[in-house]
Amino acid sequence: MPWLRGPRKPSSCLPTPDIRTCHCQQPPCSAVFLPTALFIPSLVLQIGAFSLPPASSQRSPLLCSRVVYTSCHFPWRPLSGPPEYQFRSAHARRRVGLRERKCVRARRFPSGRREAPVPGAAAGRGSAVPEPPLPAMGLLSDPVRRRALARLVLRLNAPLCVLSYVAGIAWFLALAFPPLTQRTYMSENAMGSTMVEEQFAGGERARGFARDFAAHRRKTGALPVAWLERTMRSVGLEVYTQSFSRKLPFPDETRERYMVAGTNVYGILRAPRAASTESLVLTVPCGPDSANSQAVGLLLALAAHFRGQIYWAKDIIFLVTEQDLLGTEAWLEAYHDTNVTGMQSSPLQGRAGAIQAALALELSSDVVTSLDVAVEGLNGQLPNLDLLNLFQTFCQKGGLLCTLQGKLQPQDWTSVDGPLQGLQTLLLMTLQQASGRPHGAHGLFLRYRVEALTIRGINSFRQYKYDLVAVGKALEGMFRKLNHLLERLHQSFFFYVLPALSRFVSIGLYMPAAGFLLLVLGLKALELWMQLHEAGAGPQEAGGASGPGPPLPPAQSVGLASLVAPLLISQAMGLALYVLPVLGQHVATQHFPVAEAEAVVLTLLAIYAAGLALPHSTHRVMSAQAPDRGWMALKLVALIYLALQLACVALTNFSLGFLLAATMVPAAALTHPCGPRPLYAALLVLTSPAATLLGCLFLWRELQEAPLSLAEGWQLFLAALAQGVLDHHTYGALLFPLLALGLYPCWLLFWNVLFWK
Amino acid sequence: MVASCFLRKCLTALAGLLLLSFGSLAASQIEDQTEQFFRSGHTNNWAVLVCTSRFWFNYRHVANTLSVYRSVKRLGIPDSHIVLMLADDMACNPRNPKPATVFSHKNMELNVYGDDVEVDYRSYEVTVENFLRVLTGRIPPSTPRSKRLLSDDRSNILIYMTGHGGNGFLKFQDSEEITNIELADAFEQMWQKRRYNELLFIIDTCQGASMYERFYSPNIMALASSQVGEDSLSHQPDPAIGVHLMDRYTFYVLEFLEEINPASQTNMNDLFQVCPKSLCVSTPGHRTDLFQRDPKNVLITDFFGSVRKVEITTETIRLQPDLGNMESRYKKEWMDEELMEPLKYAEQLPVAQIIHQKLAFTILFRISFSTPVVLGSSMRA
Repeated sequence: MPWLRGPRKPSSCLPTPDIRTCHCQQPPCSAVFLPTALFIPSLVLQIGAFSLPPASSQRSPLLCSRVVYTSCHFPWRPLSGPPEYQFRSAHARRRVGLRERKCVRARRFPSGRREAPVPGAAAGRGSAVPEPPLPAMGLLSDPVRRRALARLVLRLNAPLCVLSYVAGIAWFLALAFPPLTQRTYMSENAMGSTMVEEQFAGGERARGFARDFAAHRRKTGALPVAWLERTMRSVGLEVYTQSFSRKLPFPDETRERYMVAGTNVYGILRAPRAASTESLVLTVPCGPDSANSQAVGLLLALAAHFRGQIYWAKDIIFLVTEQDLLGTEAWLEAYHDTNVTGMQSSPLQGRAGAIQAALALELSSDVVTSLDVAVEGLNGQLPNLDLLNLFQTFCQKGGLLCTLQGKLQPQDWTSVDGPLQGLQTLLLMTLQQASGRPHGAHGLFLRYRVEALTIRGINSFRQYKYDLVAVGKALEGMFRKLNHLLERLHQSFFFYVLPALSRFVSIGLYMPAAGFLLLVLGLKALELWMQLHEAGAGPQEAGGASGPGPPLPPAQSVGLASLVAPLLISQAMGLALYVLPVLGQHVATQHFPVAEAEAVVLTLLAIYAAGLALPHSTHRVMSAQAPDRGWMALKLVALIYLALQLACVALTNFSLGFLLAATMVPAAALTHPCGPRPLYAALLVLTSPAATLLGCLFLWRELQEAPLSLAEGWQLFLAALAQGVLDHHTYGALLFPLLALGLYPCWLLFWNVLFWK
Repeated sequence: MVASCFLRKCLTALAGLLLLSFGSLAASQIEDQTEQFFRSGHTNNWAVLVCTSRFWFNYRHVANTLSVYRSVKRLGIPDSHIVLMLADDMACNPRNPKPATVFSHKNMELNVYGDDVEVDYRSYEVTVENFLRVLTGRIPPSTPRSKRLLSDDRSNILIYMTGHGGNGFLKFQDSEEITNIELADAFEQMWQKRRYNELLFIIDTCQGASMYERFYSPNIMALASSQVGEDSLSHQPDPAIGVHLMDRYTFYVLEFLEEINPASQTNMNDLFQVCPKSLCVSTPGHRTDLFQRDPKNVLITDFFGSVRKVEITTETIRLQPDLGNMESRYKKEWMDEELMEPLKYAEQLPVAQIIHQKLAFTILFRISFSTPVVLGSSMRA
């Protein structure tokens, strides 16, 4: 893997006659060929690879020449040793490409200086001074010291792994505590303060609109499109409608819908003195189960009030969607002229420039006791932190009680209680974000990089209540500040976790938690790599049939072929898990007395469980040679595969990456074919992605102070599975494909390792 | 009859005597007045007013500049002598709830946008290059006169700048900045090109004092809203408009200037006191070491107005004869010198020496009454 090795362009060797330059540019020619670009494992492997040359240099020249040859065959056989050892045999020289031969010729000069090909060039440099003896192979570091380091890493592997894991978990828990959490602050200049005058006073009007809306809704049984159109037009908006329809892949049991059709109504308030190049959105999702009448009423009253103001620099779109998020998705796709989910919808008749920010509103009562804000969007995307800061500043200004994840923010951060409460909020957010589901209509806007929030009115048993005027004023203030925006929101953080509404942890501070966990995988991989190397001290060819070399002892190493089988089989298993449940639902419903949705979930579980029987089938196609090296190699590949996936996930959706790492890493590191197999098996099953999901559900309800019984938990688990598949098909959520195509096959590899024969 | 005649003679003589004594008294007063009359030495006034910030939330910088514009215009500098540079148009910004106004005071008390504002350099024309070209007069020939600073060596120039700055620089728009060294060199170039008589530099920005500390050309008085390491702060938050309307320093300067009328005898020392730390929060600074006159003799209207001096007198004023002699003598000497030495360009360095020479000439000039054009053009030698 040349890019692990720094500047190693073979062409740099070719033209230059300068021995030293060329020599120094060539690190030992150990062709590490590992399919990874992940930094931690690669770094670790690099240490491992660099520790090899001294060992291999003790080998006989002949064997080393074999090494050169077999390197194309076996992935991690190091091509190392002094140059005079390498490529010595004519056979090897014939086999390796032109590139290597050129390199060798250039590199052999220091050992045999008499055959320098272009003496003129060397003389041209005026180097009359004899060159100092060059270190063997031009290594830039001391091989002895490196070997010592490698031995140290090997000897202390287990404690280091434990330490790293504990550090990762501890770091995560510490995120809620003050040195790591920081106060939020507004970064955007244009929204610097709350210094705007809120004049909204249409509380009575909003309630009137809400009553009318509810009445018309009851009458028509669906969204009263005509009434909405009329009312929006009467308050002075440009009104348009959009109809859409969508057939879900299988019936949605929780919302009871299959063939979905609906109409979105939206009105545009044109900025009186600006070109319609930018816009803001206020949206209210109406669904079969969420009435949201008061939200519609407030939206209309706000529209009427906004219409009377002349300071708008951006158009404002007032959007009421039917079928809650499906309507939002249809409208967004039509607005951005894309079709990512197979939605059928009529094109939009009216547009209003690029959407700068959006607020979604959910209100189902005339008075509220608090406002809850939701930030987590599709696939764990988050809006720019400044938008949340804006909400928080207006909460403070209006004296509103605002919550995050339904939790009030602790007042006292100096004692332990505050951060502990923050930790609960943090965990809730982590679970919510890891689910990858949009936590409100705003979640779908984030895909189009439109910063968005959902604000929910909560009406609980508290004494003090706010009416619609207070909520309307907060919204008015936010819109007026957003109206001042000159650029997209970009000044503040896009990656953060929130222990409270006014506290955040930035990406630079939370990533070490995931980094420590992934380090465990790296350390384990390093250990395996070294063990593999030691086990293969007498390196041989896997095939043994090629080349006119002397007869070889039976191969101890494992060829690529022996790894291909388990890899392919588990990957195929993942593909089946991804495709079959939805594809085969009709077959299942014909043969079993279940509904489609149940069929999907049960097929899902069946395929998942069937994967556990995999080791029996994979062993049939595998050669029985070298059992020891076999599982080591497989585990090495699995570790790197897992580390790679988790690192990528953690970068984009930290919560998901961290949760998966926290559960999968210990089992993955411990898995071993010898030892207490049932124990390992139990551990592996308990930390498989599905079990993690189940555990997360329990934890989630526990944190919400609504603990689940086992039966409820199981029901919720089945519903969550169905929802996960549905979310993928309807909104493009990526959790399901990630688990099915990425982590489940990877987990199966560990299962394979455990039951290695 | 005789007696009465005598009495009348006596009275006349007495009156004459009295008149004489009064006359001599009056004459000394008039001499003083004359001296006062010619004290400032400028014949025309110019103003370069620059706001370097754009975007709605920098409303206050535009209001700052417009408030100075309002004052200098009210005190008599015509639009033709004002180069107004505004980086953004707040009056017509769609976010402005009161279109076609820029307020300096809360509750819409004072609209500094007024009825006619002639903006010479607007929005993206406000660049460091344009600013320096305006100052130094290195402008393409096609540039209209309204966009030029057509000052001469009898011009008193007011340069007012506001924007976002730091230690040693002032940001222009969002893309570039002018450093204090560049600014000092531009003033030196103006001096060498005889583009000003005296220059008053005022800057309202964070760490404003850093902008004038590198000046080295003569006859510059400089004021800043804050010391190095200090922020300049805003004032007049207005929820209806949704932004801060002014910066503190300029707000109090405006309050001060509103009290000035063309006949005011208020001097620069009063301007220095205009915004104590208790009001400004920052510490305003000023620099007078390059200035030749005592600030207390410098009227505010020397810079902020275009005041034609008119003194009505019934007396005949005899100008000091030696002044005229001096001029002719000086002229002769100069002509001789010029004849003897071949013409050559001035040495660019060392600058200090040049300043010294020029200073000597200027002082002579002040004493003389005429503006010797021929002499002026040959001064560069």
